[in-house]
Amino acid sequence: MITRLYGAHPLHLMLVLGCLAGAGYAALQVGVNPLWWLMLIWFSAAVLLHDLVLFPVYAASDRVLVGVLGRMVNYVRVPLMGCALTFALFFPGIVRQGDAVVLGNTGLDQEPYLARWLMLCAAMFAVSGVVLVLTGAARAIRSRRAARHPRRTAPAPDGARAG
Amino acid sequence: MSARHGTATPTAPDTGTSDRSGEPDYGFPAPLWRALERARPPGLGRTRAWRSPIRGPWLTSVFGAVLLVGLPIVTVTGFLDYAAYGPQFGQAFPADVGWLRPPPFDWPTRPAWLFQLTQGLHVVLGLVLVPVVLAKLWSVVPKLFAWPPARSAAQALERLSLLAMVGGILFEIVTGVLNIQYDYVFGFDFYAAHYWGAWVFVAGFVAHTVLKLPVMLRSLRSRSLGAELRTPLADTRPEPADPADPDTLVALDPGPPTVSRRGALTLVGGGSLLVAGLTAGQTVEALRPAALLLPRGRDYGDGPNDFQVNRTAAAAGITPELAGPTWRLRLTGVDGSTPDAGPPAVGVALDAGVGAPMVFDAAALATLPQHTARLPLACVEGWSTTQTWTGVRLRDLAALVGVPEPTSALVRSIEREGAFNRAVLTRGQVLDPDSLLALVVNGARLSLAHGAPARVIAPAVPGVHCTKWVGSIEFRR
Repeated sequence: MITRLYGAHPLHLMLVLGCLAGAGYAALQVGVNPLWWLMLIWFSAAVLLHDLVLFPVYAASDRVLVGVLGRMVNYVRVPLMGCALTFALFFPGIVRQGDAVVLGNTGLDQEPYLARWLMLCAAMFAVSGVVLVLTGAARAIRSRRAARHPRRTAPAPDGARAG
Repeated sequence: MSARHGTATPTAPDTGTSDRSGEPDYGFPAPLWRALERARPPGLGRTRAWRSPIRGPWLTSVFGAVLLVGLPIVTVTGFLDYAAYGPQFGQAFPADVGWLRPPPFDWPTRPAWLFQLTQGLHVVLGLVLVPVVLAKLWSVVPKLFAWPPARSAAQALERLSLLAMVGGILFEIVTGVLNIQYDYVFGFDFYAAHYWGAWVFVAGFVAHTVLKLPVMLRSLRSRSLGAELRTPLADTRPEPADPADPDTLVALDPGPPTVSRRGALTLVGGGSLLVAGLTAGQTVEALRPAALLLPRGRDYGDGPNDFQVNRTAAAAGITPELAGPTWRLRLTGVDGSTPDAGPPAVGVALDAGVGAPMVFDAAALATLPQHTARLPLACVEGWSTTQTWTGVRLRDLAALVGVPEPTSALVRSIEREGAFNRAVLTRGQVLDPDSLLALVVNGARLSLAHGAPARVIAPAVPGVHCTKWVGSIEFRR
């Protein structure tokens, strides 16, 4: 009966209610903190920014990249994702946010990070470029060989879709 | 329909999807859920806009399996770091945690690298899993825009528990990433936020794991990992869609593949490796230069005192005069302190049998028996450095004031402000033969930045409790 009304086994109900009670208890404990509302804003913003800003932006950019670059897309997509990931994780140093605290804590400034990050990005794109050239050369060699030995060229399998 | 509902088991609650005829099941009241389904806003639901040909339950389950192993390690090491701060002395943050506290125990001193390991794992593994978390969220994102959002109360509640899990993990990543780089832009108390955010995440994670583990195992068995790792782009096909699942992850009209499944897994794994390479150097000395985007990858120089500082003398308000010839160390032995007395009261009456307070200057300390130990200095922010320290054993100092077997010790810095200008050490931390009031590091006198003239260094003790610029130690009987 409960299963029919509720839509799942009663144990499902107990598990999910237990989980929500636990999360709710934790949230209530934060309530004693005068800045609980700011934490709530950051909690909600983390979800909303990821789901409704970050995801649409990266999905749309990726679609544009694929449209423009076609089969070459991964040679740009991969290093670009590396740059985006390292920026997302290490941006405080790169944009020099919180430099007074860093100086007070470590005795060091945040001066080198932007240049280092740019170098890292440049290196990732350079590696990608080298790989592109090497795979292109390998393909050229293969097709030249195939032209010399026509019997070794197999037709593309039916239904194989080019990316 | 109702008969099929009855077959749902608690471990496989594919709620609302058991009808093979294609008509989904609805909970009570069915007309309401059906009406909700009909009121579909444009763009939501399983539309043709979702085109990735590799999105599907198998790929999602691979990411899920990695996180199922990794995230509990990050969570447990996080709570261990809380325990290492000594909640029994009221010096773990947040101090008052009600029922949601790790079991109380005295943090051990052995192995000496224990805290280095727990905090290093917590921070490095936490960062390494970020690409996997993002990939997992990408792989299930059509569910977020599915319509209807629920077909029963069960599904609605389950989605709420997902909010706890996803919100929790994103909140933990954001606050953690900012904290290890000293970027306090969020403005609230990091410890409280990160601690309670963790419990919200754990609650959602437990429910999701129990509910989805059977689906994950079934999906993992649906394809061979080995075969996928041999499948190139040209042979990459979408996973077969489950006709019984109206919210399946498999695209309705998949576009041509631009990356194979092995390519996607390599990309995510490569992202994790990249992050590992850029962060492990915060803790592994040999990799230090590779941590080139983090504050703890910086080189201080080649001198004996040239290693990572976590609070400069300037920030602590310590001048060379304060730490100079007028500096004195005051040792006392006091009675009657219970382990959970919280921040200790000063001026507890001395027992008749306990020796009088003793005062030392730096020269007098240097005449006491010296001991050398190679110990890591490890910070909860995910970095550590191992150095060779020389000084007086804490247990020798305890014996000097007539408390050779203290229950705990309160160490105070001459630093006036600051959350960590005092620390309570456990009995084990005082009595360990390598626990020192260090005067010398790597053969040279401590620099002002590292706590001159004397600082505490003890095995497996969190860095913030290795008090610098020590002014007094109170050994409690």
